[in-house]
Amino acid sequence: MANPDHHHDHGGDHAGGSELSDMQLRVRALETILTEKGYVEAAALDAIIEACETRIGPHNGARVVAKAWIDAGFRKALLEDGSKAVAGLGHDSRVGEHLVAVENTPDTHNIVVCTLCSCYPWDLLGLPPVWYKSTQYRSRTVKDPRGVLHDFGVTLPATTKIRVWDSTAETRFLVVPMRPAGTDGWTEDQLAALVTRDSMVGTGLAQPPGKAV
Amino acid sequence: MDGVHDMGGMDGFGPVKPERGEPVFHAPWEARVLAMTRTMGAANGWSIDMQRFAREQLPPPFYLGASYYEKWFFAMRQMLLDHGLIDGAELASGHALHPAAPLKRGPFMLADVPRVMRRGTFDRPADAPARFKVGDHVRARNIHPQTHTRLPRYVRGHAGVIERIQGCHVFPDTSAQGDSEQAQWLYTVIFDGRELWGPEGDATLTVSIEAFESYLDPV
Repeated sequence: MANPDHHHDHGGDHAGGSELSDMQLRVRALETILTEKGYVEAAALDAIIEACETRIGPHNGARVVAKAWIDAGFRKALLEDGSKAVAGLGHDSRVGEHLVAVENTPDTHNIVVCTLCSCYPWDLLGLPPVWYKSTQYRSRTVKDPRGVLHDFGVTLPATTKIRVWDSTAETRFLVVPMRPAGTDGWTEDQLAALVTRDSMVGTGLAQPPGKAV
Repeated sequence: MDGVHDMGGMDGFGPVKPERGEPVFHAPWEARVLAMTRTMGAANGWSIDMQRFAREQLPPPFYLGASYYEKWFFAMRQMLLDHGLIDGAELASGHALHPAAPLKRGPFMLADVPRVMRRGTFDRPADAPARFKVGDHVRARNIHPQTHTRLPRYVRGHAGVIERIQGCHVFPDTSAQGDSEQAQWLYTVIFDGRELWGPEGDATLTVSIEAFESYLDPV
């Protein structure tokens, strides 16, 4: 049973497993209480979930990166004031304050983590994946980022400087990955398809042309 | 508090396991927990810091073993109990047994959804100029508050450099105690990997944290 009062060890972060039906019952009961008391309208819960599953997601961030790749003025504005630059794009999901965009270069690779909880630019990238919130990622990234990158199948040159950003406040970080070679003349839409979620967190690279899905 | 949530630099958890084609939620109840947490936080004026502190106070063995949304659920349930919005008898019966308690900002309705789908602003007017400037050498204080703080253990006592000034923001340590109006200057402070992890650390590594002014001493 998943209960902080009657704990047993079921090993590591996981999605629910045998806990599922137990949690389903607990959550349903609590929602019933909250709605019967009139604290919250069930339709409001539905609307939030719908937005999380459809409107917000890494496609918003990918557009920002692709635009920065082809528009030098936007790139400069984005690196100077991320929130202001992105607000001008008119996304479906409006992006909140304190967005800081950091750029990968041949010399420096940026990676974002939240060691204390799960801070993530969800309004630009969608809700964080399980690995971002996991004990494994939160514990290791600030100490052994190359080991973490290895878990993602990414190997950087030994001389590349690694910069880890620990999101310990309400600033939120977006990594602008390097533009893949062989994409001269590509449109913003074509380029956006190469920008993976992981590349905007720093645990991946943008896809090379021909590998985009 | 020096809790298990403060896990930067801990060993032994094993490799990161990315999931291909990961869904937004792994079960419908996870989505309900996320939505209930956001709405009840907004309805009763619970700051993000109060909610984080509630999760940090979950028993350590549970914290380490539970899934993300299990942690969210049990922390939210505890806050609802602590603030008198529900009681144990209601949880046992699965229904409301008593009249609703007043919510600080009133019930959360469909029309309120847009305000929780955008991150708020944490900027506040500063009542004094910033103590540090870019390039200043600082040392993270060796402090161990019993309550919520955003100064991770792995930097305490270590020397770094002010890289950016991010503005004057709500101070999480007091916000977690219910006072969301105190604000402090916020800095990006960069540390050399070997300053944090010793001579065997990765020589190419630098790590930054976002540090409130009272977390730092001049060097």
